[in-house]
Amino acid sequence: MYPAKFDYLAPESLDETLSILADRGDEVKILAGGQSLIPMMKLRFATPPTLLDINRIPGLDGLTRTNGTLSIGALVRHNDVVKSDVAKANHTVVSAAPWIADPIVRNLGTLAGSLAHHDPEGDWASVMLACDGKVVLTSSTGERVVPITEFLVDMFSTSCQPNEMVTEVRVKAHSDRGGGNYQKLERKVGDYATVGVATCLELADDGTVAGAGIALTSVYAFNLKVTEAESLLKGETPSEELFKEAARVASQACDPASDSRGSADYKRHIVDIYTQRGLAESLAIAQGGQS
Amino acid sequence: MNVTVTINGTERSADVEPRLLLVDFIRSNLGLTGTHIGCDTTSCGVCTVLLDGTPVKTCTVFAVQANGRSITTVEGLKQNGELSAMQTAFHEEHGLQCGFCTPAMMLVGTALLEENPDPTEDEVRWAISGNLCRCTGYMNIVKAIQAAAQSAKEGASV
Amino acid sequence: MTTTAHKPHTSPEIGGLGHSRKRVEDARFIEGRGNYVDDIELPGMLHMAIHRSPVAHARIISIDTSAAEAVEGVIAVVTGELLAGYNLAWMPTLSNDTQAVLATDKVRFQGQEIAAVIATDPYVAQDAARLIEVEYDELEAIVNPMRALEEDAPVIRDDKEDQETNLVYEWESGDKAATDAAFAAADKIISLETHYPRSHPAPLETCGIIADVDSATGQTTLYMTSQAPHAHRTLFALVAGLPEQNIRIVSPDLGGGFGNKVPIYPGYVVATAASLVIGQPVKWIETRTENLVSTGFARDYYMKGELALSSEGKIVGLRVDMLSDQGAFFSDAQPSKLRAGMFHIVTGSYDYQAAHVTTRGAYTNKAPGGVAYRCSFRVTEASYLIERLVQNAAYEIGMDPAEFRLKNFIQPEQFPYTTPTGFVYDSGDYEAALREAMRIVGYDKIQAEKEQARKEGKLVGVGIASFTEVVGAGHGEDYDIVGLKMFDSAELRVHPTGKAILKLGVKSQGQGHETTFAQIVAEELGIPADDIKVVEGDTDNTPYGLGTYASRSVPVAGAATAVISRKLREKAKKIAAHLLEASEDDLEWETGKFFVKGDPESSVSIQDVAFAAYTNPPPGVEAGLEGVHYYDPPNMTYPFGSYIVVVDVDPATGQWKVRRMVAVDDCGVRINPMIVEGQIHGGLAEGYAMSSMQSITFDEAGNHLASSFMDYLVPTAWETPRFELGETVTPSPHHPIGAKGVGESATVGSPAAYVNAVVDALEHLGVRNFEMPVTADKVWAALETASNG
Repeated sequence: MYPAKFDYLAPESLDETLSILADRGDEVKILAGGQSLIPMMKLRFATPPTLLDINRIPGLDGLTRTNGTLSIGALVRHNDVVKSDVAKANHTVVSAAPWIADPIVRNLGTLAGSLAHHDPEGDWASVMLACDGKVVLTSSTGERVVPITEFLVDMFSTSCQPNEMVTEVRVKAHSDRGGGNYQKLERKVGDYATVGVATCLELADDGTVAGAGIALTSVYAFNLKVTEAESLLKGETPSEELFKEAARVASQACDPASDSRGSADYKRHIVDIYTQRGLAESLAIAQGGQS
Repeated sequence: MNVTVTINGTERSADVEPRLLLVDFIRSNLGLTGTHIGCDTTSCGVCTVLLDGTPVKTCTVFAVQANGRSITTVEGLKQNGELSAMQTAFHEEHGLQCGFCTPAMMLVGTALLEENPDPTEDEVRWAISGNLCRCTGYMNIVKAIQAAAQSAKEGASV
Repeated sequence: MTTTAHKPHTSPEIGGLGHSRKRVEDARFIEGRGNYVDDIELPGMLHMAIHRSPVAHARIISIDTSAAEAVEGVIAVVTGELLAGYNLAWMPTLSNDTQAVLATDKVRFQGQEIAAVIATDPYVAQDAARLIEVEYDELEAIVNPMRALEEDAPVIRDDKEDQETNLVYEWESGDKAATDAAFAAADKIISLETHYPRSHPAPLETCGIIADVDSATGQTTLYMTSQAPHAHRTLFALVAGLPEQNIRIVSPDLGGGFGNKVPIYPGYVVATAASLVIGQPVKWIETRTENLVSTGFARDYYMKGELALSSEGKIVGLRVDMLSDQGAFFSDAQPSKLRAGMFHIVTGSYDYQAAHVTTRGAYTNKAPGGVAYRCSFRVTEASYLIERLVQNAAYEIGMDPAEFRLKNFIQPEQFPYTTPTGFVYDSGDYEAALREAMRIVGYDKIQAEKEQARKEGKLVGVGIASFTEVVGAGHGEDYDIVGLKMFDSAELRVHPTGKAILKLGVKSQGQGHETTFAQIVAEELGIPADDIKVVEGDTDNTPYGLGTYASRSVPVAGAATAVISRKLREKAKKIAAHLLEASEDDLEWETGKFFVKGDPESSVSIQDVAFAAYTNPPPGVEAGLEGVHYYDPPNMTYPFGSYIVVVDVDPATGQWKVRRMVAVDDCGVRINPMIVEGQIHGGLAEGYAMSSMQSITFDEAGNHLASSFMDYLVPTAWETPRFELGETVTPSPHHPIGAKGVGESATVGSPAAYVNAVVDALEHLGVRNFEMPVTADKVWAALETASNG
């Protein structure tokens, strides 16, 4: 299968890129890793008139930690995250990375690109929803930092405007009393999640839950942040019972479809089990004081 | 558009449409048919080559993206006219049957040993899990990559 | 006689039977110098893309090709109407049905071929194929054979005059009265209804062709992904009316086949017709989606089996009723006297004399195919059913499943054994194979562990399959494909320097024929295997044969190779006698040389003899050392084995993981143990694929739900279990070297072992069946049902 014809631009600076976007952002599609976009073009589900390849722009491949924030540049590949010591600052991120696609796809695909593509069954959006990630959108007129909840609009759509591009994704680093985890049930390597559960915990000095994040993949029309379950945890002392209750709430909040990956009942059950497992794992990390 | 790549150490150029997939560029324009096509969905991995040393699926990269970059295909695995340790190990361990996935498997194995010279069986299985094989049940592919690691430790070039 | 020892008779330098000789074909593959169809470029070559039906069942109102024709670079657009002018709009199938090459009246499955674009560039061909517009009048899509046989179901094959329903065939085997009597007298009846789901061989190389018709000479060269190039040439001659001597089929390296490359597909015919009309070579390479939606599916059997048991726990009878989903055209690749392949091998490895098997097939709005996916004509479905039934029978009478099998096996002294459905098993020692598997897995210990695990709330299962296959089709009296008897051939020439070329009618798809067939000659003639080149796959240059599928290469062509080697040895003896100035009767043969009895110093090597055959033949003896043999096997061969799988099931998620997979195979004499083990590994992996994840499903509208590797799940190295192999050796008494064939044993035998293992983990909860693929959600649902009462 081959894509339809398109024009190809490969600017070598951010300024040049942003000026192209300012001129004709409507007709260009940004090519980062291309591991979601190119397959869609081959199926002709996507037929962009122009591809704007950002891979030659210097400075977009930074993966850094500054003042408790992990910054992931637009050209950071999934496998960069897998291999990075810096990325270990966020346990949910580092736990999810090896479960994205397959090892070869991870060499090209990017975290920022996955978010911008916003496949409703993508894993990274759940990670960012659980960890309150932020997306940096840059245009020729400046940049704005958008919370992930505002960035993700609808399936395959985001609040990124035609004159903007995602240049960076930011997510908090866990403190030494924090932990996180991504649980993914997949039928085989490379498959979409049957169910994915991202969890993120921060403990207060007294051991109670200071902050909690839970988000689900592939069990709703889009990645679902389960705020009700998150608030239920906050201020409480972690316990198996508490996590069971949070998991129960999560499993009720989701609305999975029955399909070849499993029945709706099954997926709901897995949300329950994986939320419990994810929270337990996050807690173990938080209490173990790893960072 | 003109695309120039260094493939297996040799610079090659061609004028191509932007939509030309890298795998077709390698196979048709450059005539290197050791890189294969097995699916359209970035699933099977038989089109894998090393792009600047990193395994990528060339059915999901445009030729224009490779402009100015360096590519290693199966045809470039031999070193100084000698089979590499990986090639030898695939032969010795019966790591191939129909041969269709073999170039990709050897390239992924080669890249793996660059990063991890002594992988466990699980690490090998994980590393090749983006590449399908229908013939071998993977048993002897895994053995071959581990055998190549062993002979590399003994001084052979991977 | 069964042994487990395995000693080669020849030195490693000769490399005869039993040596794990490294493969000679590897040299090209590891350097990326294999030569697959898509690697071939011819001057002036054009490219073809096919426009396919998006709907499963519809009348075609109109086809508009004008937009496609207008695309720059398009040379021609071929439709069924155009082909009809050459009488090529329809073609015969391998099961005496007809199949549309390009649809003219109706489309009958999603993905059916409607028109083809020939263009200068593959990208342009695909662009243009998308622009073909077809207007449809949609009809009810029939997506299962049960609905197909209901009275009010629309008739799919209204193109056939005498076809008033969707019934394709009815076929039976065995003795109904005897079986009814056995059941009437039975103490217990065990029944199981199960579906062996639709699957697809999906070799990593898809199907393809380059058709090159020389308009000046009429020479037609077809570079084609063909497991049976000679049979395909004859079929092309018959279908297209081309003179057979002008057709040359070259089947170069094949990137796997597994049955997918046995049939002739519409794309081959269209490309050939296009090349004939245009006068330039035309290449067509399937996309993966085309491969999965339109070519060579396998299985899709709805089976009901009943096993009658005596009060002593002996099997006394088997009754099976089966309904197959054939898709829109009956194109099963199978011997023509059989309608459901060799499904009647379903009686298995057990000793009882009453069985009755009834089978029917129905047309549905799905792709045709019915190929034997790594299996000898429906043996996989049969083996699955009997091994699932036997396991359940053991549970119902409270006996250990291994013990139940041991109690019911056909005993070694009973061979040759005639089964109630008429097969004559040539040899076997089923108990030895099962006991060896039990020894390797540590059966008693693992059963004890399982009991202990249950007490701790964990789920462990042990599954067994003790299968018997029937392969090596087959003796000409009973087996033919479209009239061609299922012999195979070998042509051997020993050159003056003692080096030999062996040419075969079969065709490797990765099985390593170039390595193993040379070993047969090496064994028989003492010529080092390294001095023997094996040639296959070019119909101009090899003797006629029926091809490689149904594990028939070694049983048939392997036998032909041994026989022709022996014939040449006989001739060599005459020449040796001449050289040694001795009587033939005074000569003795020892690998690689003749010597005079009692005078070992007085000897000539086979190489000396070969030289003399061309330089100094005895008076009255034809020069040269060359011959061809067409081998008609006296019987089928019956490889068997016992597999034991141990699984751990996660009670919280229903996920199951294979902890052990022990496979003991008895394929008779092993020519090259390394290659045999490689074949078994591959089959065990494909069996795991089918039992765990790999299947083709359709929605109610007939939409194909597994049209790419995103949805047609092929396990990676990460999911695929590790395998532990063992062997017993019971040579085939009628095969010249005692070999039986092994390429498919593991695909045939293993699915039941995997599924039995998962069932076994939940057996104490009353679970007796999982439908393949056994996905985690099915296991979880069974656990839920059990815990809810």
